[in-house]
Amino acid sequence: MDLATAVEAGARGLLLGVGALTPGHVLMLAIGCLLLFLGIRKGFEPLLLVPIGFGAILVNIPLAGLMEPGGVLRTFYDAGVLTEIFPILIFIGIGAMTDFGPLLENPRILLLGAAGQFGIFLTLLLALLLKFSLVEAVAIGIIGACDGPTAIYVASKYAPHLLGAVSVAAYSYMSLVPLIQPPIMRALTTESEKRVVMGSVQRSAAPTAKLVFPIATTIVTSIIAPLGTPLMGMVMLGNLLKEAGAVERLRLASQNEIANIVTLLLGISIGATMGADRFLRVETLMVLALGFIAIGLDTATGVLFGKLMCALPVWPRLRGSATTRRTTSSCTPWAPTPGGRSARSWPRPSCSRS
Amino acid sequence: MIGSELTLGLTLAVIGMGGTLLSLWLLSLLIVLLKRLFPLDKEGAAGPG
Repeated sequence: MDLATAVEAGARGLLLGVGALTPGHVLMLAIGCLLLFLGIRKGFEPLLLVPIGFGAILVNIPLAGLMEPGGVLRTFYDAGVLTEIFPILIFIGIGAMTDFGPLLENPRILLLGAAGQFGIFLTLLLALLLKFSLVEAVAIGIIGACDGPTAIYVASKYAPHLLGAVSVAAYSYMSLVPLIQPPIMRALTTESEKRVVMGSVQRSAAPTAKLVFPIATTIVTSIIAPLGTPLMGMVMLGNLLKEAGAVERLRLASQNEIANIVTLLLGISIGATMGADRFLRVETLMVLALGFIAIGLDTATGVLFGKLMCALPVWPRLRGSATTRRTTSSCTPWAPTPGGRSARSWPRPSCSRS
Repeated sequence: MIGSELTLGLTLAVIGMGGTLLSLWLLSLLIVLLKRLFPLDKEGAAGPG
């Protein structure tokens, strides 16, 4: 081989990737960069959107083969997402970060959270009407739970081919809750309801009650819904580590090391499902639209149920507060913030009006 | 065909929401029971100090 042939072969090799680049790849690289921008510059769920965005970039590099059998992202995906291990481990961290004291203080508020779940089922119905299969409809409807790990768990279990779209929708809309919910809440509440002032928690539950709660809840809810045991069991295990006080190292590991490592691997794995050939489909747009509807319906039904609770005298402690409490309770009630504090505070209502 | 999907969806919605409300009502009963078994005042009085 002479020098000219060698140079030509080398140059051709260098340009192989460019030649294999399709408009779909370019679009997905742009979407990956957009997710990075939203996570880094706008602060929208950065812990997940950053690895998801970078995973989307990696998987759309032509000829890199990261999601081919044996590829590094494929290995993460098969080991952690297909087996459901990653979302399950995330739930231990969620449990370890969550304080159920306010919930124990006022358990009736659970019903408000339940009302918000109407959005899940109404979206499931819409998805069925749009010709999604039942399992796909379940995966799409769960976006209305406003809880990323739950959405990931359900999607990976029932419709792994929709995992990328469902995850992106769930985390994007969760970040946009402050924009999505207020117009719906304003439209559905009266002026007097808007003037309701929420009180604050006066006292928490007894330490023993907080310690027994995760054990008793695991047993009761798992008997009622055995298929939910992996999620509920892990949340409650994490919470038991927190409340036990005797296993500080495990609590700290669950809250920090395990949660952080799994969040990183989970995010990259989800991003890896966003290959151009799988993501750029009409059904992805439909999932995003249905996810938006799910959160809107979720909000609306939660507000309406809050109004009902305000109107009925059977919940005197909730009167005057249920409607405005809607923002903190209609979505999955125990999701903590990345900083480790509970994002949902359920204070004792004061029923006062300004 | 749409009718059968509508029926399935509505059935799932009714059963799902019914099950959700029932489960959470049971959970609220469990919490009330825990609070009665382990009242805060009693533990507070026996607490530190």
